Amino acid sequence: MATTVDVNGRSLNVNSPPDTPLLWVLRDELGLTGTKYGCGVAQCGACTVLADGQPIRACQTPISALGAAKITTIEGLGGNHPLQQAWVKLDVPQCGYCQSGQIMSACALLASNANPDDEAISGAMDGNICRCGAYQRIRAAIKEAAAMPAAPAEPAAAPVAAKPAA
Amino acid sequence: MNKPFKDIASGASRRDVLAVGATLAGSSLLVGCSLPEMLSAGSKVEVGAFGPFLKFATDGTVTVISKHIEFGQGNHAGLAAIAAEELDADWSKVKVEQAAANAKLYGNINMGGTQGTGGSSAIANSWTQLRTAGAAARAMFVSAAAAKWGVPAGEITVANGVIAHASGKQAGFGELVSDAAKIKPPEKPTLKNPKAFTLVGTDRVRRKDAQAKSDGTARYTQDVRLPDMLVAMVAHAPKFGAKVKSFDATAAKKVAGVVEVYQIPTGVAVVANSTWAARQGRDALKVEWDEAKAETRGSAQILQEFKDLASGKTAAPTDKKKGWQAFESKGDAAQAAGGTAAVEVTYDFPYLAHATMEPMNCVAMVGKGPTKLVFGSQTPTLDQINTAGIVYALPGSIEIETLFAGGSFGRRANFQSDYVTECVHIAKKVGKGRPVKLVWTREDDMRAGYYRPLVHHAVRVTVDKDGYPATWRHRVVTQSIMKGAPPGSPGGGGVDATAVEGAMGSPYLKATPVVDAQLITPDAGVPVLWWRSVGATHTAYVMEHTIDQLAKKAGKDPVEYRRALYQKAGAGRHLAVLNLAAEKAGWTTPAPAGWTRGVAVHESFGTVVAQVAEVKIENGQPKVGRVVTAIDCGVAISPDQIAAQMEGGTCYGLSGAMFGNVTLTNGVVDQQNFDTYRVLRNSEAPTVETYIVPSANPPSGVGEPGTPVIGPAVANALLAITGQPTLSQPFVKT
Repeated sequence: MATTVDVNGRSLNVNSPPDTPLLWVLRDELGLTGTKYGCGVAQCGACTVLADGQPIRACQTPISALGAAKITTIEGLGGNHPLQQAWVKLDVPQCGYCQSGQIMSACALLASNANPDDEAISGAMDGNICRCGAYQRIRAAIKEAAAMPAAPAEPAAAPVAAKPAA
Repeated sequence: MNKPFKDIASGASRRDVLAVGATLAGSSLLVGCSLPEMLSAGSKVEVGAFGPFLKFATDGTVTVISKHIEFGQGNHAGLAAIAAEELDADWSKVKVEQAAANAKLYGNINMGGTQGTGGSSAIANSWTQLRTAGAAARAMFVSAAAAKWGVPAGEITVANGVIAHASGKQAGFGELVSDAAKIKPPEKPTLKNPKAFTLVGTDRVRRKDAQAKSDGTARYTQDVRLPDMLVAMVAHAPKFGAKVKSFDATAAKKVAGVVEVYQIPTGVAVVANSTWAARQGRDALKVEWDEAKAETRGSAQILQEFKDLASGKTAAPTDKKKGWQAFESKGDAAQAAGGTAAVEVTYDFPYLAHATMEPMNCVAMVGKGPTKLVFGSQTPTLDQINTAGIVYALPGSIEIETLFAGGSFGRRANFQSDYVTECVHIAKKVGKGRPVKLVWTREDDMRAGYYRPLVHHAVRVTVDKDGYPATWRHRVVTQSIMKGAPPGSPGGGGVDATAVEGAMGSPYLKATPVVDAQLITPDAGVPVLWWRSVGATHTAYVMEHTIDQLAKKAGKDPVEYRRALYQKAGAGRHLAVLNLAAEKAGWTTPAPAGWTRGVAVHESFGTVVAQVAEVKIENGQPKVGRVVTAIDCGVAISPDQIAAQMEGGTCYGLSGAMFGNVTLTNGVVDQQNFDTYRVLRNSEAPTVETYIVPSANPPSGVGEPGTPVIGPAVANALLAITGQPTLSQPFVKT
């Protein structure tokens, strides 16, 4: 039974059972592996994506619950989003595994609060664990991105990666 | 062949033991050739004209091949910069590529020639090697240009990737690569005077992977997707040492997408067409476990047994290998047990999980051509050896493609290659070279063991008339990490240095006239392993927190007290980082209102770190604000990445000290996920400032030494706030 999901500006039919978490549909079926598995129980934030601009944990969201929500993943930011520029400029990533989730949480934060203070950053980012401890640079990079001119309100759509040959 | 074992039988380091493990496993295969040759027999890795570490493309890009895995430490940037410096390459055109598995080409000089990353050794062991590689290639390009242009080589300059002559002739590496490749590399190329460095030591040395790790394209094991690949999950025993008695796969096989169910040595594996199907299939398995040989004690019971050994309530075995072993001993031990103690305390440290962001995983292909592994291999040689034993092949023939790993902190360097061999067993059952990706859930990872060992210290110190240590009695009880080493290697006979490093060799013990320090390593069925900074995770805490208690007793300032002891011990590097941190932190000025400072200093892996932490108690738990860090790591290759490692290492150490706690009840691990294994979150992270002591010494590591210092710095601030020592971790009991 096919389910339709709207990912990064494209409407896609997927064949995974409706109770499959969005995380595994993104990763295994659509090949969008930028969104990571970290805990499976919405504790670490590595799987954070946006649903209509709100951060959700893809590991705990079955595709049947998505309705018509427009999903944005890290791939949907296009690679040159102000947050991504700031992340690179400050060399935020260490192992890098959590960073897609960190950036998506930060993206939702900046969309609702263009100039977040420390308290707002804590509130938005405490759900995203970084075991390398890049927290200090994550905070600095969010402020750096906030200070950049013309942060786009809506992330750019990017094509979905092709599936590997069967 | 036996000589290496003998040399390292006592005081073995992690590096030595990896070497020995490799030697032992390989010794039955081939006799009469060197260890790296033996381990690489069967390998098909080829080397280009510029050696194993450098490749040049006609488009002008320079590729530095890293023999070390990148899992956050920033070593790829540092390693590339070392070669690029000697080459005088254009840094913007330098790329990094991960080396294949081949001990002969890519052995770690600090690990006896086996290939692996650990002990904060990547930069240290590559320093001369990559400088030489870069300088040799540079000379080849200069010779090629001289011949082509008909000018003396001595008149040619190289700067920022441009090879030039005063006549106006110039070219990039890309234009001259085919000519340079024909030049014989100089045997002893001239290395630069470090004073002439233009890249190393500057903030231009930045990560090469930041873009890929910010746009989702960096490739980790979890992301591997290959044609026809199966995903495997394994039902593991709830208790360490238990085995499968029987299982019922009926329900698991009914899950759509489940392909097959296999019994393997570590449990029951479900292979499926997707991760979610594998997960559901695994959860539908019914397994009965044989617990006859399982560890059934709880962690509280194990700790009590350790305490009873330290206090003498339980007599230690008299067997030399199983009983107490001295690791520092000076003067009359009876004296250390007598007199009036100024400080007499015990410390308890729990098991700690590494809890990397990417749970353990591996991709293996077995049964068609050479066995191939694709994953974040921290110790390729060990992983080759352990795999070879399962698929009956030469270790060198096992091909490994090493990817980025989502953290390790020691977890992926494992004598048993635990999750790797699990994957290989499954892939062997599947056969035909079909790719199998083993995925561990967070719960699998959390409960799989290989923890930082549970540790108990008992310390008793008497002081002289000035309040400085006169006698120091020290007992350490912990499981031996080295007992997990392959049979016959150290751990039997000598002191397991990984259990006491940091207490052993401490400048404070050097400054104390009478020392009686001993270790005992009882067995337990809980697998243990190194955890970022290894022995220092607890010894730094014990030594540094004890020193502050002694200073308090003596009525002396903790910084002044340390200075006196470092001077007595001749510990100049400790003194220098202490002075720098104290100066930058404004130690002699009042702390900001509401905050209290604590200091700690520790040397690990050849690097000395001092920290001054500003701490307050907020909502009943310590809150850490500004942390001033001073570090002496020899020549600083990448100041920004050194700072990053101090920031990250501090968070890792603080997370462990504040919250880290793996407990067992009747042999079953109580924690399963981040809801029960609490880790440091963004708002709990301190703001770390890093200051580097200028040094001309060869570089030492920075991946681990930032971790062990924050715990005691915070405890020392708490001592100043409350007047009470903090004698067990974690600080926050949940």
